[in-house]
This record gives sequence, structure tokens and C-alpha cells, in this order.
Amino acid sequence: MSKESKTLEKEAQAPAKVKQPWTAKRVLDKILDNALLILMAIAVVLIAIKNPNFIKARSIINILSQTCAYLPVALGVGGCIVLTGTDLSAGRIVGLSACVSASLLQAVDAASKMWPNITPPPVLLVLLLAMVIGAAIGAFNGFFVAKFKLHPFIVTLGTQLIIYTVLLLYVKGGNNGGMAISTLDASYSNFITGSFLKIAKTPIPNYVWISLILTAVMWFIWNKTTFGKNMFALGANEEAARVSGVNVFATTIMVFALAGAMYSVTGFIEGARVGSNTANTGFNYELDGIAACVIGGVSFVGGIGKIRGVIIGVLMLRLIFVGLNMVGINQDLFYLIKGGIILFACALDMRKYLVKK
Amino acid sequence: MEQPALLEMRGICKEFPGVKALDNVQLTVRPGTVHALMGENGAGKSTLMKCLFGIYSKDAGTITLDGREVNFKSSKEAMENGVAMVHQELNQALTRTVTDNLWLGRYPTICGMVNESKMRKDTKDIFDELQVSVDPRAIMSTLSVSQRQMVEIAKAVSYDAKIIVFDEPTSSLTEVEVEHLFRIINMLRNKGCGIIYISHKMEEILRISDDVTIMRDGQYVATRSAKDLTMDDIIKLMVGRELTNRFPPKENVVGETILEVDGISGKYTNLNNASLELHKGEILGVAGLDGAGRTELLENIFGSMTREGGTMRLYGKEITNKSPKEAIKNGFALLTEERRATGIFGIRSILDNTVISNLKSYLMGGVCLSKKKMQKDTQWAIEAMHIKTPSQQTQIRSLSGGNQQKVIIGRWLLTNPEVLLLDEPTRGIDVGAKYEIYQLIIDLAKQGKGVIMVSSEMPELLGVCDRIIVMSGGRVAGEVDAKTTSQEEILTLAAKYV
Repeated sequence: MSKESKTLEKEAQAPAKVKQPWTAKRVLDKILDNALLILMAIAVVLIAIKNPNFIKARSIINILSQTCAYLPVALGVGGCIVLTGTDLSAGRIVGLSACVSASLLQAVDAASKMWPNITPPPVLLVLLLAMVIGAAIGAFNGFFVAKFKLHPFIVTLGTQLIIYTVLLLYVKGGNNGGMAISTLDASYSNFITGSFLKIAKTPIPNYVWISLILTAVMWFIWNKTTFGKNMFALGANEEAARVSGVNVFATTIMVFALAGAMYSVTGFIEGARVGSNTANTGFNYELDGIAACVIGGVSFVGGIGKIRGVIIGVLMLRLIFVGLNMVGINQDLFYLIKGGIILFACALDMRKYLVKK
Repeated sequence: MEQPALLEMRGICKEFPGVKALDNVQLTVRPGTVHALMGENGAGKSTLMKCLFGIYSKDAGTITLDGREVNFKSSKEAMENGVAMVHQELNQALTRTVTDNLWLGRYPTICGMVNESKMRKDTKDIFDELQVSVDPRAIMSTLSVSQRQMVEIAKAVSYDAKIIVFDEPTSSLTEVEVEHLFRIINMLRNKGCGIIYISHKMEEILRISDDVTIMRDGQYVATRSAKDLTMDDIIKLMVGRELTNRFPPKENVVGETILEVDGISGKYTNLNNASLELHKGEILGVAGLDGAGRTELLENIFGSMTREGGTMRLYGKEITNKSPKEAIKNGFALLTEERRATGIFGIRSILDNTVISNLKSYLMGGVCLSKKKMQKDTQWAIEAMHIKTPSQQTQIRSLSGGNQQKVIIGRWLLTNPEVLLLDEPTRGIDVGAKYEIYQLIIDLAKQGKGVIMVSSEMPELLGVCDRIIVMSGGRVAGEVDAKTTSQEEILTLAAKYV
């Protein structure tokens, strides 16, 4: 090919490389694309002016550690959303694993100990058990989705009810009789809420590290493994994935199983963080998780989402929650603000995928 | 044609319920050649290719690749054996990167980790070899159709394909892009690949191909060397069928002008400065290739696509038709091209499907719908359209394509339209039912309605219409009289701006 024709072709192929002028429309687009971050910055500044404690180390670490507690749920449900699905069973799985973990790890001298004959097993073993339970329920969800082509909304609407009954029966088991499961073994409490590192004289609870490690693992899975890439391809175009030889059935089940395991980690953390576990532990966590994902740009269109986005989503919700508390706004308004953010974020997100004709 | 064949398909038969889609078809592709596969819509080209790729299982016949008999079960298996296809409708994961799409289903890994750098390097190597300048990291949806097609070709090359099928590859490419595509096809041919090239564009075929196989009505017609063929020869071989008694007698009388469309363009589509005039009792045909802007023309008139510029007058009075709702109020009706996707409400009953565009007229006291009136109108539609259905409550998806289409025509007639816009009214309908649809269209014209009818089947346009406008590249390329024109004239006009 001659040099001339090569340049010609380059011009034809890459018109996007030309520098675009800063028209009013483009500025508006840029602002809208980053509107959430801009709003978040404005909110932080306003709250900090009203109550300077908001940007002190104590408050910042509080926000960050709350973020870490909620993060695993959001990361799990994020995978389901990438598959154009959702998962309503997340909150109940959190509750079940919190109760199971707490009951197994109750202090030996606890009054009306649920299982009096069990001496607390190693903490990590219980974490593993919780994750296995979560993964099994997730795989059950995934099986119904993959095998019967049911929408995950329906499947998980069903399973979350089933899990709730299991949970209600479980907390009535042993000597517990439906009471809150509390007085946990020191090994468990220390493992979660203890601290070995202080920043600015504020202790950082240990569960932050668990959450951060898991986030790194999830980032690795989403971005670096065949499974992760198959998950995104499946969410973007199931048919294209199928004809390319992707095992759609196995991938779907694995996404849900992984999500289930992640919920259980939050359950395990919440068990000790809250310290008093009932059948209502974890209630509505799935909604916060889904909200965080969509705020962070994990789109219901499918095949789109970044771990970074999920983190920003969770952080944003916590920031608003803690911030509004600190400036003393009426709690009743919280839901309005949260709802507004969700609608706003999703409308902004959909803008990108609208096809005009 | 003395070299041994790379791919040989012999005696291929495929029958669908009631239709013999392929009847003893053969195709022989030599290595290092471009083999064009031609035929009208419905001639069986894509069915033949689907049999090759195992998407359909053939009823009879053998496929030999490189001297070895093969029988692929899936397109993945075909790809792994060196038979690849560049689809007309590209099936890609649009939100993912170029690299991810190229290696989907077979990512290279090192200890469980996807080897991004190898993948990207291999992609780059293939792109360099093909002289394609696409960023392997780009997100698929940001690429042009041409670039996405290049990715698909690269995928075929990465599988080391010996046979590559191109299905209407140039239908949405610009001229520069077509030149680039042809350079790549030539490169592949020189490497010894066998290329199967499906296209309607004669000039392209004569320019790029070595051999041409022509099919008609599911049967093999001939294989000739491209240099011995002229455009006229191809058309004759493609068309050569009897045209007796396929159409009802034309008894409609053309009257005064009812609709004038002047210089309309699509805001987001390729429709460019289109004008037309429609008379009372007239059937106006719209011919053209896929992507010529025929559907866009109808949908712009109907207001379901955004119009830019131009004016429309109905009985001399200016109208805007900004939305389908407004168009319906003005007396327009649109039978959409994709019946399943945008025509029928599959799981709803015949009654629901019939009355949906006319609900307002069944209101009693402005609140509740009169069941009796709806049943009466549905009964009228069933009788007037000769719809064969067990009851009004039958789900419409259980009817045949022809009967579904009649329900939708009935739906529109209840709104008492002046202008009917019909987009491929006989697509996916068997031959007997087509006659009934033609009869319905002619009857409508007889009642003084104006009909604009888009069709890809030229005999149908010639048999039913009074006048035909031919579209090409989004523009109106010309107008012909249906009584005096020929398929050759229309094909020439259709290629005017491509």
C-alpha cells in the first residue's frame, strides 16, 4: 500500500483524534458526566462549613469504616447487575450469616447461650462457613436464573422470603428462643471491631482490612480473570457470548454464588459490629447495595461497571448519611435525599445509552 | 476451475414446515478466490450459510472442507475448524473493548489470570497485518460500523480461517470504507483463503469476485466465472421466473393528489431530502436496497423518527406529524417492518390487538371501554380481512404470519386512515397468503385510500403498484411507472448513490 493511501485510511479510521473545541454543549456534557462527583464535593464543603467536625479524622474514619462494612454487599450485587439482573436476597443472606456466625461464636459465659455445648470454634473457620452458606444460596439463585431463564428479580424475591423463614426458625433454635444473639466471644469481637492501627489517635477497626482485601480480590476477579471477562461479555450481549463458546450457565451461577459469599462477609462483619443479632439484621441492605451500584455507574443496561464506581457509590451514601446527621437535618428527610440521588444518578447514566432516531 | 476445491457443498436440502427452503443446492469454493453468492431475498442464501455453520441442521447433502467431510454443530465449532463469518448484523459485546471481543470465549491465561498483554499484542499484530488502525483498547460501541466489521474480520483471521463468509458487508459503509474492505479481502485472497461474498450490489460483485453462484427460490441456478458475466446476465439468472397469476387484477383508479411530501430529511438517520406525491386510490411502491432509507422514509412521514426540514401537505393543508399519535389523528397508519418486534402484541388476544389503536372510540361516558363495541369491530376485522382464527380471544402469536398481518391491517382500518404506510407487508408470509394481502391492498386503493408500500421483492412492487419510487443511499434516486419499467431499470436506480 502506498504511503498516501495509508494516511488517507488513517484519516478515515480515526476522526476522533482531532481535538474538539470546547463548545457550550461539550462543557455541559462534561459537567453532566461528572455531576455526581461535583455534587458530592459541594455537599462536603457545605457540611464542613456548618459543622467543622465533619472533616476531622474521627468523622472521616467513621465514614470510611462504615463504607467498608457495606462494601461487600454492594460488590456482590454489582456482579448481578452487570448481568442485567439484581439480587433482592442480599439483605437476608447478611442476616442469616450474621446470626449463624454470632450464635457459633457466643461467649462461653453468655446468659442463655444459644448452643451451650459449642465452644467457640476458630473465627476464620466460622467466616469460611458463613461464606459457604452464602455461596450455596447464591448458587441456588443462579441456578434458577440460568436454568429456567427467570428474571433474577423474581428468583431472589422468592428466595429472600424462604431465607427469612429459615432465619426466623434459626433464632428460635437452641436456648435462644428468638432473643437477640449477643455477648459474643472476645476472639470474634476483637477480630472484627478490635484495632491494631491508629491514625490521628483514632483506632481503625480490623474489619476495614478484611473489606479492603476482598475489594482487591473482587477487582482482580472482575478485571483479570476469564470468569470476570465472561461475566461482562454475558451482560453486554448474551448471544455473542454464547456463540463465542462462553459457558453461560456456569458463569451465571458463579456470579450469583460469588455475590452470596460476599453478602456473608458483610453478615460476618455486622454480626460483631452491631453485636446484637436478630432476624431483622441485614434488613434492606440489598437496597443500599443496589443503590450504591447504580449511583456508581454499574448500569442496569448490562455489561458496564467498575469496582471504583461501586466504592464511590457506597462512600457517597455513607457520606450523605453521616453528613446530614452531623448538620442535624431532620432524619425523615434522609430518604427523600437518598431517593433523589438514585433517580438523578440513573437518569444521568441512561443519557449515555439513549439511541435517538 | 481445475484446482481442488477448498469447500464443497453438495446436494444440500433443507425443509421448513410447508416450505422447501433449499432444494439440492451446491456451492464449490476454490482456495485463493472470492466466490460471490447471489440471489433475490428469500432465494436461500442465508439458509445455505446457516446450514454450513450448523445453525440449521441440513436434511440432506454433504459438506467437504479441504477434502474432509464436516458437519458443524455450532458457529464456534465452525470457527475452530477455519470457517468464519462476518455477519451483516454484527453480534458483539458493545460495552467491552475491542480486545475483549476478539478473544471472547478463548482468553489466553497465565495461572488463572487473563494475559492482557499477550492478547493486546496479538490483536495489534493481526491489525497490523490487515493494516487496520483501530485501538485494541477502544470500547466497541465507540467504533464506526466499518471499524466494528474490521474487528470481526480480525476475529476470523485470528482463528486462522480458511473460509470467510461476508454477508452484505458493504451495506452500511462509505465509499472510502468499501475500498479499505476490498483491500483486506484481496489480501485474504492472496493468502489463499476462500471468500464467500454475499451481496446485492452487482458492480461490487463483478469487481471483486472470481466466481459467481446464483440461486433462485431455494434452488441452484448456475456457477459462472465473473469475467464472463455482465450485470444483465446476472439479473436474468436471478429473476428468470414465471410471473403469471401471482397478483390479483388491479382495479383501483388513481385520482387527485392527497399527500405531498417535500424535501424531508431525518435528523438522526440517513434520509436525505426526500420528496413524493401520493394520489387518491393509488398504490405507490418504494424500492431500494437494504439501508437505502425506505423504512426511514415511512417512519419520518409517520412521526416515529425525528424529521429535519421539509414540509408535508395533506389535501393541500400543511401537517406536521410530530409524533405517531398526531399522525394517526391526521389519518395515517403504519404497518411496521418487524412484525414481531413492533407490530403484534404476541401474548395478547386478537381482540386486544385489533382495537389497540382505536380505544378512544369505545369509551362509554369517558371512563370504561364497551366490550360489545370492541367485539363487534373485531368481528368486522375478522370477516373483512378473512382472518382465520378459532376465536377473538386467541393469542395472536399462535396465528400464521399472514393472519397476524391481516389483524394489524384490520387494526389500522378501524382508525379510518387516508394514507396507509406499509413496510414490507408480505415479509415472512407464505405465497398463498401473499395473494390475499395483495388483494387487500388493492381493495383499499379501490376504496380511495392512498397506499405507500415498501418492499424488497421487486416482482411484488411491479405487480401491485401504480408508480414506484426508487431509493438509494437515503435519497430518492428516481421514479418509474410500474406498468412500463423493468427490474433492470429499478436495480440500476437503486445502485445510483451506493
